[in-house]
Amino acid sequence: MPFWACVAGTLMIACERRNTAMPEHFGYGRPATEKEIAAKAIAIHPDGKGLPAGSGTVQDGALIYAAKCAACHGATGVEGPYNILVAPDTIDAPPFDQAPKRVKAIGNYWPYATTIFDYVRRAMPFNAPGSLSDNEVYSITAWLLHANKLIDANAVINAKTLPAVVMPARKYYVTDNRKGGEGPYE
Amino acid sequence: MSQKMTRRRLLLGGAATAAVVLVKSSFGKMVQTGIPEAAIDPTKQVGPLPGVLGTRSPFEHPQRKPSLTSSQTPLQDLYGMITPSDLHFERHHAGVPAIDPNSYELMIHGMVDRPTVFSLADLKRFPSVSRICFIECSGNFRKPDKENVTPQDICGLTSQSEWTGVMLSTLFREVGINPKATWFLAEGSDAAVMTRSIPVSKGWEDAMIVYAQNGEAIRPQQGYPARLLLPGWEGNTSVKWIRRIELSDGPFMTREETSKYTEPVKDGKIRQFSFTMDARSIITYPAYPAQLQKGWVEIRGLAWSGRGKVQKVEISTDAGKTWNAARLQEPVLDKAHTYFRYLWQWNGDTAAIMSRAIDETGYVQPVLQELIAARGIGTGYHLNPVTAWLIKRDGQVVYSPEKWK
Ligand code: HEC
Repeated sequence: MPFWACVAGTLMIACERRNTAMPEHFGYGRPATEKEIAAKAIAIHPDGKGLPAGSGTVQDGALIYAAKCAACHGATGVEGPYNILVAPDTIDAPPFDQAPKRVKAIGNYWPYATTIFDYVRRAMPFNAPGSLSDNEVYSITAWLLHANKLIDANAVINAKTLPAVVMPARKYYVTDNRKGGEGPYE
Repeated sequence: MSQKMTRRRLLLGGAATAAVVLVKSSFGKMVQTGIPEAAIDPTKQVGPLPGVLGTRSPFEHPQRKPSLTSSQTPLQDLYGMITPSDLHFERHHAGVPAIDPNSYELMIHGMVDRPTVFSLADLKRFPSVSRICFIECSGNFRKPDKENVTPQDICGLTSQSEWTGVMLSTLFREVGINPKATWFLAEGSDAAVMTRSIPVSKGWEDAMIVYAQNGEAIRPQQGYPARLLLPGWEGNTSVKWIRRIELSDGPFMTREETSKYTEPVKDGKIRQFSFTMDARSIITYPAYPAQLQKGWVEIRGLAWSGRGKVQKVEISTDAGKTWNAARLQEPVLDKAHTYFRYLWQWNGDTAAIMSRAIDETGYVQPVLQELIAARGIGTGYHLNPVTAWLIKRDGQVVYSPEKWK
């Protein structure tokens, strides 16, 4: 295989394998310690894996939301100016493919409740990302779920209860399976 | 403005603008600080001497068009397949982070044999690869209801660079991927700590960790000091400022693959993980705000597909009734912007011109009505319709707004 073929990206693996001078391992980098992995691996899986200890309530969440979120997302989560966070699912709502103006938010569009915890902890409040404690994030998550009519006012949200929240939109999600070729253009 | 500049202007009789710039150094030598905008006669005056950085001609003003969340490439001002780095589109979720390359680290962990932390220097020691490909945001579609919109307004969220870095497969072998791992999380170190879940198969296929763009270090807006590059896939998945890759046995269902970057499709369904960018093309000349004159016109533009090479670009100059093949500029690369040209004689009548891309899977770029018929009016991302430009009798070229229904 000529050298230039290696440059074409997809063929790189083939070139690497043929080149006997290429070692199995280069030995670059250093081992990641368990401590640094634990500190950095903040992603939450949809089954709840990765959720930290702690818990939160709708009542506490209401206070934190009013203080730290309402200015951008509105007093009840629908007023803006930024993303609308509250839109309970309703039986008589038109399907999204027929309703371009229908608001998409946690209650009617998000397929997993764990995403709320994951996203708010990493990215919100927008002006002070990463500033909330785990318990605060649990409480805000509880408030958002309650405002979207997904849990009761007295529910406690923690690593066990959060992944168990049933999200109405989940049943609508399909994975893209298009492969190009001839239409139709779905 | 300095006194010297003012004096210089006076010397040139006022013909030169503020960009004039031969100034005397303390040694009495003329040194460059810019390029004269309008010397009276360039053959009668020594120009600026070599300098440390090149500049654009003061006559050229290509500019991105920024909003709060993105900035678009001025496609109508470009002549080739490569986007100058400072005109590459931007889309980020919490601004551009400032990252010190000396403390930068990429951690790969999860379902791997050897969880490893790589410094930037480590990444650069691995065998490197360069490839030219486009990056396009899957939200690269506007539906303007007016005529005065440019190619930049309609689809300026696509750009192309030569990217250099290490194949992700090289890093995968280095850390040893558990065969049961099917997805990986890519996480950025911006203030949104942006994350996407990517199938491991893409990592083996053609994914890269890149640290260079068009021959120099990646620009901060494009992910300095290193980003993920997933050729042909929606731009958001090529996570910039990448700091962490976690191998897993399923997707993480992050906000950017649920609340955003999903699209409603038929029967109330919501389509997820629509990674690949479908074939698309756009005529960049003549397009608004060009002004045409009767006679020969070279129609020019860009075509691309996330599923492979552009096989053909067809042009219609009669509002889509008949189509003819355009010439493709070599090299035609995999998952890359391809420049096309088509010579046409404009007789001065009103005309609607348009282009459509056909890729190597046989996919033909659809018109908007076909997309809406297949997906519904509530769809959003991954819209790639044929774009028509209307040429009026006076030679004015405008966008031709389409009904959204
Ligand atoms: C300074 C304004 C601001 C504040 C304060 C703020 N946000 Fe946000 N929020 C934003 C912006 C802007 C976005 C959109 C970001 C994007 O699209 O990347 C957003 C997005 C979100 C989203 C995702 C919405 C969607 O539909 O995908 C959630 C959830 C959210 N914010 C929750 C919160 C919570 C909880 C707080 C309080 C702890 C908060 N925000 C405070 C500005 C703010």
